[in-house]
Amino acid sequence: MTLIDFWRSHASEVVALLTQHLKLVCLSTGIATSIGVPLGIFAARNPRSGAPFVWLANVAQTIPSLAMFGFLLPLPFIGGLGARVATIVLVLYALLPIIRTTSAGLLAVDTALLEAGTALGMTPRQRLRIVELPLALPSIVAGIRVAAVIGVGTATIAAAVGAGGLGEYIFRGLSMVDSTMILAGAVPAAVIALTIDGVLTLVERVLRSRTRGRGNKAIIAVTTAAAAFTLVIIAAGLFAAPQQDVIRVGSKNFTEQIILGELAAQTLERAGITVERRLNLGGTFICDRALRSGDIDVYVEYSGTAATAIFKQPVETDPAVVLARVRQAYADAGITLLPPIGFENTFAILVRGEDARRLDLKTIDDVVPHARQWRAGFGYEFLQRQDGFPGLASKYGLQFASAPVAMDLSLIYRALADKRVDVVAGDATSGLITALDLVMLQDSKRYFPPYDAAVVARSQVLLANPRIKSGLEALSGRITIADMRAMNHAVDANGADPAVVAREFLTRLR
Amino acid sequence: MPVSYSPAVIQFTDVSLARGGTPVLRNVSFLIESGETVVLVGRSGAGKSSILKLINRMLVPEQGSVVVNGVLTTNTDGVSLRRGAGYVIQEVALFPHLTIAENIAVVPRLLAWDESRIEARVHDLLVLVGLPPGEFASRLPHQVSGGQRQRIGVARALAADPPILLMDEPFGALDPVTRTELHEEFKRIQQLVKKTIVLVTHDMLEAFALGSRIGVLHDGQMAALDTPQVIAASTDPRVRSLLKPLAEMQAALPRLR
Repeated sequence: MTLIDFWRSHASEVVALLTQHLKLVCLSTGIATSIGVPLGIFAARNPRSGAPFVWLANVAQTIPSLAMFGFLLPLPFIGGLGARVATIVLVLYALLPIIRTTSAGLLAVDTALLEAGTALGMTPRQRLRIVELPLALPSIVAGIRVAAVIGVGTATIAAAVGAGGLGEYIFRGLSMVDSTMILAGAVPAAVIALTIDGVLTLVERVLRSRTRGRGNKAIIAVTTAAAAFTLVIIAAGLFAAPQQDVIRVGSKNFTEQIILGELAAQTLERAGITVERRLNLGGTFICDRALRSGDIDVYVEYSGTAATAIFKQPVETDPAVVLARVRQAYADAGITLLPPIGFENTFAILVRGEDARRLDLKTIDDVVPHARQWRAGFGYEFLQRQDGFPGLASKYGLQFASAPVAMDLSLIYRALADKRVDVVAGDATSGLITALDLVMLQDSKRYFPPYDAAVVARSQVLLANPRIKSGLEALSGRITIADMRAMNHAVDANGADPAVVAREFLTRLR
Repeated sequence: MPVSYSPAVIQFTDVSLARGGTPVLRNVSFLIESGETVVLVGRSGAGKSSILKLINRMLVPEQGSVVVNGVLTTNTDGVSLRRGAGYVIQEVALFPHLTIAENIAVVPRLLAWDESRIEARVHDLLVLVGLPPGEFASRLPHQVSGGQRQRIGVARALAADPPILLMDEPFGALDPVTRTELHEEFKRIQQLVKKTIVLVTHDMLEAFALGSRIGVLHDGQMAALDTPQVIAASTDPRVRSLLKPLAEMQAALPRLR
């Protein structure tokens, strides 16, 4: 699919994400301008007491944006997710250039002009308004320009915390290894950045060439407009308080999760409940935070992931025990773990279908006799972790012809099908398993912990409306591993829309 | 309608001032009467500009008193004092982002005059300093010549019709021909507006051309303050050293003829 085709087929989504992106950049640059210009004035006036602000803004600038998002997420009130955190991060990044250029612009004003202003009987405030700010305006505009351009770039990363924007295509494209989709987000972001840069450079140049009349009015207009815009958006955010009867469905940021999110959302909608989708939020940690803070009400988690990553429980391989423990731990946090959906997204030891049929391979045990002639390929993490390959090898007594090859997870299925390796550890629900005729071997000795997919929901929400619970339970035990592989494959390999895939599945389920 | 002020009196009594630890003025006392044009001369760093800044309270004396219009400057609000004393600065310092008209209108605007009155005043002042309003009002400072900028600086200082005019080397950056032209202009304007003027220069010719009295500053002290005739005849070595270039020029001229 070419880029143009992609945009054409996703026109309304592209416009929505573009708008979200612009809103994010404009809002944050607006807030940063209304904070940064006064701070810059303060720093120019009082170099000593202003220095800490410049220093802080400097430090903020040096923190990598992804780290900044991670840093702010767990904080109460400002943390959580979505547009709020993204806006705060973008404001922090935008502050430095604006403070810097404002104070530099003010300090660069000719002292003879300042003396003239005072000598003509201006008060310090009048001198600032009539002489200093208008003369510093081109410099301030330059700062706003830099801030906005940085903002456009940083806002793409904001998609990782569910703030939306063009970064969503970039992240989705990265997880689906779909370069068209990455470009579909990256190209408009670059165009926005260049446009903002061009327009503001022009404004700056006009101001510089004829630093002329109405300068004071221009700066007041710019700052007032920025402040007013900010206030309106903040007010809108405050008054548009989350509606109580809307259920917010979240998901992590990979294909299967987005499909599961759609399935949960559409199941609820079919039960007559209004749903707000907050899909593609990020990793386990972000989704769990969001659920606990009430930013989302529902998402799909895996029992093993909850046990180890969220609750830090010791490794346990009995599925029933894991479910019971996780259910109890969730209950203590006011969250309900619904009955499992039916499939398990565990590590899968895979071989080629032809080998499996020829050698009658059913379990990992069956591989042991052949392993000495075989080569294995594993992901970096699986190869390193004690509960990855080292443990697996000792549990089953596996020994390969040579040390296993480390490769990227996204390439591992193809490498197996192309006979570059003979055994790999993959993802049990990968659509490629069916598509490339691979066979998953049974973990007969129960080495891997169970990863049963199950809906987790805020208990409060379930209690408030029994239809929500019954609606979500309609999914319990209904999705087999083959179903999940097929749906993943439809999205990953055929480029189908997760929402459409989910709808078709639910229709068949009826 | 222009407000008429009674001509002002400036009185320095035993004023001393130091800046950055070094004394600038030492026990300076003098009186300037209404309608006078006092020209202060002296070498660089003799304290000329400091006297101007003491008058409009941009500086405050460490010792002694400065009285303007019968009021001690330390008892007045600097801002209103400055609005009553026009100031023409060394580098002219017109605001580059404002038009000529807007530059002239700065003080009337600070005083919140109504727009029609400001417009009329700007027009009159441009005429007074010999710049056709239609041609100059909407230009920017960088679009006019140095001499014209100087006239605009004078117009800006006169805008609110202040009783006192302080001028710090107002014609310093001009070529001799333009300067002489502006001297004539200045005398004409002074005839019309009748201000108390304190003007600082390092050009003795200018002092003799414009001053009703000339003050000679030497090393932070007022060595002499008298009419041009008395100054020209002075035997004080501090005064004579300033007159020396003039005398040499006078001596040279007949030979060149």
